[in-house]
Amino acid sequence: MAWHIMALQQLINGLALGSVYALIALGYTMVYGIIKLINFAHGDIYMLGAYFGFYAITVLKLSLVPAVLTSMAGAALVGVLLERIAYRPLRNSPRIAVLITAIGASLLLQSTAQLVFGASFKPFPQAIPFRRIQLGPVFITNRQLLIFGVAVLLMVILHIIVHYTKLGKAMRAVSMDKEAALLMGINVDRIISATFAMGSALAAAAGILVGMYYNRIDPYMGMMPGLKAFVAAVLGGIGIVPGAVVGGLLMGVAENVVVTIGSSTLRDAVAFAILIVVLLFRPNGLLGKKGIEKV
Amino acid sequence: MNKLSSLIKGIILLLAYLVVQLLERQGVLLPYHVQILSLCCINVILVVSLNLINGFTGQFSIGHAGFLAIGAYASAYLTVVWQAPFLFAIICGGVLAGIAGLAVGLPALRLRGDYLAIATLGFGEIIRVIILNTDAVGGARGFSGIPKYTTFGLAYLMAILTVVVIRNFVTSDYGRACLAVREDEIAAESLGVNSTYFKVLAFTIGAFFAGTAGALFSHYLQYMAPTPNQIGFVKSIDILIMLVLGGLGSITGSIVAAITLTIIPELLRGFAEYRMIIYPILLIIVMIYRPAGLLAGNELSLSGITQFVKGARAHGNHT
Amino acid sequence: MATTPELMVNNLCVQFGGLKAVDQVCFSLKPQTLAGLIGPNGAGKTTVFNALTGLCPVTSGQISFNEKQLTNEAPHNIARYGIARTFQNIRLFRNLTVLDNLRIAYHQNRQYSLLCSVFRSARFKREEAQITAKAKEALALVDLADKADHIAGSLPYGEQRRVEIARALMLNPKLLLLDEPAAGMNPHETQCLLELIRKLRDDLQITVLLIEHDMKLVMNLCEELFVLDYGHLIATGDPKSIQNNERVVEAYLGGCMA
Repeated sequence: MAWHIMALQQLINGLALGSVYALIALGYTMVYGIIKLINFAHGDIYMLGAYFGFYAITVLKLSLVPAVLTSMAGAALVGVLLERIAYRPLRNSPRIAVLITAIGASLLLQSTAQLVFGASFKPFPQAIPFRRIQLGPVFITNRQLLIFGVAVLLMVILHIIVHYTKLGKAMRAVSMDKEAALLMGINVDRIISATFAMGSALAAAAGILVGMYYNRIDPYMGMMPGLKAFVAAVLGGIGIVPGAVVGGLLMGVAENVVVTIGSSTLRDAVAFAILIVVLLFRPNGLLGKKGIEKV
Repeated sequence: MNKLSSLIKGIILLLAYLVVQLLERQGVLLPYHVQILSLCCINVILVVSLNLINGFTGQFSIGHAGFLAIGAYASAYLTVVWQAPFLFAIICGGVLAGIAGLAVGLPALRLRGDYLAIATLGFGEIIRVIILNTDAVGGARGFSGIPKYTTFGLAYLMAILTVVVIRNFVTSDYGRACLAVREDEIAAESLGVNSTYFKVLAFTIGAFFAGTAGALFSHYLQYMAPTPNQIGFVKSIDILIMLVLGGLGSITGSIVAAITLTIIPELLRGFAEYRMIIYPILLIIVMIYRPAGLLAGNELSLSGITQFVKGARAHGNHT
Repeated sequence: MATTPELMVNNLCVQFGGLKAVDQVCFSLKPQTLAGLIGPNGAGKTTVFNALTGLCPVTSGQISFNEKQLTNEAPHNIARYGIARTFQNIRLFRNLTVLDNLRIAYHQNRQYSLLCSVFRSARFKREEAQITAKAKEALALVDLADKADHIAGSLPYGEQRRVEIARALMLNPKLLLLDEPAAGMNPHETQCLLELIRKLRDDLQITVLLIEHDMKLVMNLCEELFVLDYGHLIATGDPKSIQNNERVVEAYLGGCMA
């Protein structure tokens, strides 16, 4: 197979993976942008989304679209509760305390999921039959098309909300200057909850898409993608919404490239290598600006 | 007064050791129990060394298991492949880990807070992945057949050594410089403290001791697997949990937490699956209500205890 | 014969992005002068201090002290050359004791090595005793000897300011930069501060440059004034001539100058 055809194929695969990372990364970046917190538990919300979808389809017997919507709603609720219970009391605490709480929340979600859902893999129901479509010399599966479609749709909706609604304006205001936003009469607490809700919903959608793509889910499926999506957010510029998309797509493609030309055990190391390089040479990310600390 | 309190502490420590030996000889303490005590000592070293970095210097390192891994694997390689004496292997493990600490610290410590945390996490994982891909130390299959050189006595001695060295470091000008960096880096710099130097120094020393703990660890378990549980971020977070619950900046807290959180899981073997639910809940509660940890940055000292008993003053609590 | 300290600032420019915080500022300080850097809020006074102490990058211009080039030097090195400062927002090590705050300032003079600390050699013990003694001396200078073991953050505001000054003195500075030392003080405290600064200059032979908004303090204490407005140096001179300077009065919008 000619190398450029293989490259194109890998590009498609990479973009599919990258779209998933982008959806998760959006949640990280929005939360960081608004309260400067790295929500370690975000990857586990992605996992919960997959499980909610699983039960929506198998137990509630919903079809795909309602299942996704239900799962997104459920995850949004979890996100809001998480913020309320674990993060809000620490709004004014030193960063280290908040970070540790986030780590604790992540561990809690994973262990609870293991207890409730069982530790073993669950096969994800095939909501749509598998089909491969030929596009010239390359193939694309309908699952990949679904991932692209859903990801693009959700990102467009997010973009509209952030830039064309009052809610979005309030979100941007709070992320720029929380105190000023408060003084302008914006209910900062509610905006923060809304941000968590939106980010969690996106992650849940990603979770279901991945569950369908790989046909299985488990309580720890959120750890690696969560970490990688975080790196993607940092790569694009943490706190910057388009950055999450750019970072996610780049991350997906890079990971695919490494796995194809290298070994698969190095797959996880790609993310960390990218992370180190970004932090050392351009900590504000590709789309980020340099900041100066005032004394 | 100082010489006397040091002597008393020394005697107490010696007595404790002798008591353990006696109980073991009498069969009251099973070999299994003594092994747990060895593990306690190893964890004490890990937590106290991390405390130097996170607690006293205020940096946020959550990749400590990476240094443990280097010490564990390097020392195992030396004893198994080169038939090196154990003490030599321990020191080498520590030194190599220290060098890694230097290599990681120099670039990473330019970063602040969250970014530093993620960077150290990343480095820890990279170290694990490198080990995973190194066949000379067993690769994915792990490193087996490590001789059981770690005795309780050795672990106990090394734990004491670590605590003394770090405590002496912290109560000297070096330690004060680290504290200054933690409290207010800008003010510290304007007072002549080279903050980067001290951050890297704390990092390197912490890494060194983690490496020695790693050497003890691999020769205790006799088998090392390059999994996140043993040498990856799960282990790093285990150590972090002990540190935070005991109190950042409190050596006594670290010792108490390390011992308690090593023994309790063993006692509650039956409830193992609830451990990872209780721990995080505990962690979150502590962070919300008493973020400074159990001992709130204070130390238990002989003079402190006697004065407390006299009722002269409560050992200062400032949260 | 000891070289006399002299601070020389030549065409100092500090630019943040598009904003010229400090623009072509030139001034010099003769040794043992009590000088004041005044001007409306946002004039760039603290930025000048930050440039002098290496806490913000200098875009262009030179700073020399005692004929030593200090432009863009690292802050911890500048401390070595004899320049000490206090901060507008008091940067004490709040969770440490007052004594520890001062002991840290001795850092660059510390002789004993890491090994000495670990093994608690006689040299270590001797020097630690010395450090503690010096710290207590500095505290006595600002009348806070009895607060040595208090946690710095628990002291009242005025005392915290004095601790910060004492801490700066531990550096044996030849130039002391005080950033709004009288902020938040009542008239009585301000008077005590004035006498303290004068005493420090007389007893320790140091040069003092202070940023202040309290005009009474400035006019009564300072022998020379530099007035900044929007990053430009608009006037220099003794208090009397500055009081009558039209440009200065205008800059302050007719604010109280007496």
